[in-house]
Amino acid sequence: MIQVLEQRRAQIHRKGETATPLRCDRRSVAGSVTQRACAFCGSRVVLYPIADALHLVHGPIGCAAYNWDIRGALSSGPQLHRNSFSTDLQEMEVIYGGERKLKQALEELIDRYRPKAAFVYSTCIVGVIGDDVEAVCRQVARAKGIDVIPVASEGFRGTKKTGYQAACEAAFKLVGTGDTTGIGACSVNILGDFNIAGESWIIRRYFEEAGMEVVATITGDGRVDDLRRCHGARLNLVQCSGSMTHLAKLLETAHGIPMRRVSFFGLEDTAAALYEAANFFNDSAVLERTRDLVGREVGRVYPALKKYREALAGKRAALYVGGAFKAFSLVKALKLLGMTTVLAGTQTGSPEDYELLREICDDGTVIVDDSNPVELAKFILELDVDLFIGGVKERPIAYKLGVGFCDHNHERKIPLAGFEGMLHFAREVHATVLSPVWQFVPRRSRRSSASTPSREIISPSKNPAAVEERKGLA
Amino acid sequence: MKAQPATPPGTVTRNACKVCAPLGACVVFSGIEDCVPFLHGSQGCATYIRRYLISHFREPVDIASSSFSEEDTIFGGARNLRAGLANVTTQYGPRAIGVATTCLAETIGEDVPRILAGHAADSPGGPALIHVPAPAYAGTHTDGFHRAVRRVVEHFAAPCTPHAGVNLLPGFLSPEDLRHLKELVAAFGLACTLLPDYSDTLDGAAWAEYLRGQPGGTSLEALQRMSGARSTLELGRTPGADRDTAAAWLETHHQVPRIPLGLPVGLRETDAFIAALETLSGAACPADIQRERGRLVDSFVDGHKYVFGRRAALFGDPDLVIGLASLLDEIGVRPVLCATGARHQAFAPAVQAALDHADPTDLRILTGADHASISEAARELRPDLVLAGSKGYPLARELGVPLIRVGFPIHDRIGGQRLLHVGYRGAQRLFDQLVNTLLERRQDTSETGYSYL
Ligand code: SF4
Ligand code: SF4
Repeated sequence: MIQVLEQRRAQIHRKGETATPLRCDRRSVAGSVTQRACAFCGSRVVLYPIADALHLVHGPIGCAAYNWDIRGALSSGPQLHRNSFSTDLQEMEVIYGGERKLKQALEELIDRYRPKAAFVYSTCIVGVIGDDVEAVCRQVARAKGIDVIPVASEGFRGTKKTGYQAACEAAFKLVGTGDTTGIGACSVNILGDFNIAGESWIIRRYFEEAGMEVVATITGDGRVDDLRRCHGARLNLVQCSGSMTHLAKLLETAHGIPMRRVSFFGLEDTAAALYEAANFFNDSAVLERTRDLVGREVGRVYPALKKYREALAGKRAALYVGGAFKAFSLVKALKLLGMTTVLAGTQTGSPEDYELLREICDDGTVIVDDSNPVELAKFILELDVDLFIGGVKERPIAYKLGVGFCDHNHERKIPLAGFEGMLHFAREVHATVLSPVWQFVPRRSRRSSASTPSREIISPSKNPAAVEERKGLA
Repeated sequence: MKAQPATPPGTVTRNACKVCAPLGACVVFSGIEDCVPFLHGSQGCATYIRRYLISHFREPVDIASSSFSEEDTIFGGARNLRAGLANVTTQYGPRAIGVATTCLAETIGEDVPRILAGHAADSPGGPALIHVPAPAYAGTHTDGFHRAVRRVVEHFAAPCTPHAGVNLLPGFLSPEDLRHLKELVAAFGLACTLLPDYSDTLDGAAWAEYLRGQPGGTSLEALQRMSGARSTLELGRTPGADRDTAAAWLETHHQVPRIPLGLPVGLRETDAFIAALETLSGAACPADIQRERGRLVDSFVDGHKYVFGRRAALFGDPDLVIGLASLLDEIGVRPVLCATGARHQAFAPAVQAALDHADPTDLRILTGADHASISEAARELRPDLVLAGSKGYPLARELGVPLIRVGFPIHDRIGGQRLLHVGYRGAQRLFDQLVNTLLERRQDTSETGYSYL
């Protein structure tokens, strides 16, 4: 029997059994192998896609090295963001301070790469040795004539969420410094999409087709100048609630731009996001074009999903993702594929998020906050799942236990956003859940020889729907 | 020729050719039976290191952390460390916990040995607590690896009656390499303690049920008996040069003779390793290993013209680069660029010592290098192929030459944990791959598209 740490009991609920709100939004229990990263990681996620900026990590080498080019955020132009620059602090600098090295590093990099702006990330050790990063940034900014923006991302300040906030503050320093002439009335910013595998491009295309102008995708395929003028947009659409809400709020307060929470994952949510914007502008031409677009796309994708739906009906899914909004969309998308979500967890959900998650899930669904491998494994087994959705750190747990896996975080290389993204998602899920390899893994092979073969894996060759679909895919 | 520091010290690191010391320590702790790696510091480091190791080994890697908060950086993390140890003990029931202190804990000056001693005294019968200071600013992942090996040995070695077994300290190799080394030593009838041994723990079988840790690893009993071994075989030229290794310690404190060798990569270095095993065991090299060697030499002859004079750039962990340089030299490939992110005085002399045939006028050796400086050198040196981990891909792509993936990390291919580099068999695999990669390139770029080469 796998045990759950006593201190973590309140961070796990089973829908229909516990009425108290889930405990969340607190630091990880010491000694628990958390799946969470640090504040610095959160800041990197948010600012990383700004492709023409310099990103310098101030600290010892590891923090920067583990981050080198791991994300799938694409740029249509400059690729500067894909480098990993670090001040690589050595013992002497740790003792006597790293300000000089930071200054030198910034000057050297700015001269060499001529970026539009620079972000300087503080890591834990910088917070401890007490470098005045802001002062160095100010000096270099003056000397080089570009914005050099410190990001207060010391890892120990908190979870990724804290880092998101620091990143939003940093990005906001650029906002409002550019010229907004020429921005039309039906104009939006899309916040919280990072152009993983080109997702921002897909979304941007929809809006443009519907007659809405996208001033900035923040930060997917991001550019410094887009941020500078994004305050000219009339509406902010915020996806991935955790990471960018803070920036949207800053924009609302300072520039009076209203915000709407949206998701571009799944047919339902993508359509809802487009309508939300179209209704906001209340422009009949835009509304009509939106209707046409949604009708056409859904008409194209929905029938194509049918074969997957048939093959996946009744399969059980567990998901453990970064933010809660992603979890909502995933639960709905899985439903569309005929699957049931039996475990839903996030690294950084808020009490309201978990409330909402509880509402949309079926009875018996386990809901967890900030889990760890032991717990996740326990639930995978107890709930007998066919699919696990998570990040790279969760993949080996699923695979070891003989469970299909779908990557849904920043490292994936397949676009899952928008209408067409739903099709990719269905293909991904199908490819893992219906693979014949599971028949050989110990857990399955034992189960199929047991007396109740009711949930035995369907081998593609025997399943008519799967055969059909293979033809369709060829 | 002297090694040139790639970038003058004091400037920025662009795309590091190294990661940090705690990663190496975690790999070592993963190779000890029933041992959980634990990082004393902020949780981000543990999560990053897990992610990095997982993308190479594609195995669960559990690393606990004391999850420092802002207050802990001011008031110290003792409470968190102890709570963390207690939680790991409850959840994993380990026999040992390997505590590596990260940059943060080292910088605020935590007295970790004292805290651990206090914790051990308060919880009798609890797991052994091994401590290794591992701030990144004092070394790379390979330094962290060797330091952890030494700390493990120091921790467990008790006075023990001499026995006939040998200690084998392999360095940071692949699980497949570790399996092959064990096989070779066993072929000479020698009992051996391999430290660390993650041949199963980081390359395990599919599970029937959840396991708290992967089975396997060096047992604590074996660790206790290392002080009574007949000899310690220490592989790798750079740690040996420092003389503060586990093997050196065993020699000084327990009179276990230390036999320093290079990594057995390529024919000559494997010969040296086999010769050492012959001496230790008093047995002749078994016939099937001799035949393996014979086939290797035969294949060298079959393929020599395809590789002769080709220029290679190689970079990564120092000892692997030295070993590969030796292999390339013996088959007539010219290493033109040998680079590592570590700063080891011993690196350049060791590379040069490995090269008997290469033309030294065209050779550049870089220590403390990052990928930006490696790329800059490679653009001038125009190699025909690159030998490196997955981090070599951008350069190979830019130069339009093939990349032969070796060492760590491999995160754009499957099977990094099963790459064999050592022994005649490893040399055979590398040689075949090298020749075939060059042939493939020639075939693909030829207008005629010969199908017979
Ligand atoms: S360099 Fe230091 S602070 Fe950064 S990840 Fe490694 S141990 Fe942690
Ligand atoms: S040192 Fe701090 S900032 Fe760097 S990885 Fe660790 S927790 Fe994150």
